[in-house]
Amino acid sequence: MISNNYFINIARFILLVLVQVLVFNRLNFFGFINPMVYIMFLYWYPIKENRAVFIGLSFLLGISIDFFSDTMAIHAASTVTIAYFRPAIMRFVFGVNYEFQNFKLGNATRVQQFTFLALLIIVHHAVFFTLEIFSLANILLILKKVVSIGLASLVLCLLLGSLFSTKKE
Amino acid sequence: MQQIINFIIRYKNFLLYIFLLTVSLAFTIQSHSYHHSRFFNSSNWISGNIYEASNSFFTYFDLGEENRKLIEENKRLRDRLFNLKTTDSVDLDSVQKTYTITSGKIIKNSYANPRNYITIDKGSKDSIRPDMGVITDHGILGIVENTSKNFATVQSILNENSIINAKIKNSDQFGSLVWNTKDYNVVQLIDIPRMANLTIGDTIVTGGMSTIFPADIPIGTIQKFDLNNSQSLYTIDVALFNDMTDLKHIYIVYNKNQEEIIKLQTETKSDDQ
Repeated sequence: MISNNYFINIARFILLVLVQVLVFNRLNFFGFINPMVYIMFLYWYPIKENRAVFIGLSFLLGISIDFFSDTMAIHAASTVTIAYFRPAIMRFVFGVNYEFQNFKLGNATRVQQFTFLALLIIVHHAVFFTLEIFSLANILLILKKVVSIGLASLVLCLLLGSLFSTKKE
Repeated sequence: MQQIINFIIRYKNFLLYIFLLTVSLAFTIQSHSYHHSRFFNSSNWISGNIYEASNSFFTYFDLGEENRKLIEENKRLRDRLFNLKTTDSVDLDSVQKTYTITSGKIIKNSYANPRNYITIDKGSKDSIRPDMGVITDHGILGIVENTSKNFATVQSILNENSIINAKIKNSDQFGSLVWNTKDYNVVQLIDIPRMANLTIGDTIVTGGMSTIFPADIPIGTIQKFDLNNSQSLYTIDVALFNDMTDLKHIYIVYNKNQEEIIKLQTETKSDDQ
């Protein structure tokens, strides 16, 4: 069971990196919208795992995307940030439920799953575009990018999420 | 001592987070200066090969269109060749050439970021070195920034760090070509003196002041011009000839005199001090 879990996470990691750099980084919808779907890795990652490993893995994920898209380490910085704040976000969204042993993401309500994903994306994009544009004079541009690309990421992540839903019908 | 260890154990996740964040911020901030890291770029072995594999698959979809473009370019070059006045073969001797040209293909292109880089399928194996110019059949594209054995990354003109010497065709007033990150079809030519005679639609070409690009390579046409805040210099919006979203074949230009010129310039500079 445990090795199976490792395998799934490794496969997810590689596939998400490839899908991100080969498909979504080329989308250029309206000339600038490239949704970031690799955030799904952090959404799907098991809750009860070692936190340090999770943060390390997220850093690796971010830096692999950076390697491909020549963005230095901006993806790494923003991914590591949401990896660190994920437990806080979960506590905020799922309340005390999330502390229980038998808590599973699939058992949470739709609204909770949606809020969790949306918060991950908002924090990630806010850090990402602040670092990318790197000037507070352009705060409107940052907001515009966070909102528009954030929405695109959210829609595509939800689609991906329902496509590979872990819930057995 | 016990307390310090306890502190580290208790906050190990936080410390790990801060450490990784600092590492990534250090790499990022370093890139805001001129040269970006030698390691964190898509010319490395893994990403280069993955991009090349995916590219070799997608090239088949627009082979017809690419062929049409190449024929068009051949036609234009032949037209110029046949109408050339001097047909003496001595002029065509390779020893006398100042510039050498290598052809290549784009395997990764981006234009949606403030700092765009393009990856090409030629590297140090094909004697590509940093600071060579990259052009297409329509105009300039950028400057080689990093090379690996088989691949190279090119700093696109759509990069806020890019500064290229350019001038207005048929005049010698030159300025710098930069990008304000707003529109991927429009770049800015700044520092053109106020006495310059500008008309909308005039052609902008490379200036030939740098050792990277030969003079008179087309860039684009004037779309709009305004005086800057000090009312003494023009800022010109230049509509690019290249469609930056649809590029495939490129040429890498190398000025054989580059090293000599740069050596001379650094000597002159150090003499002044």
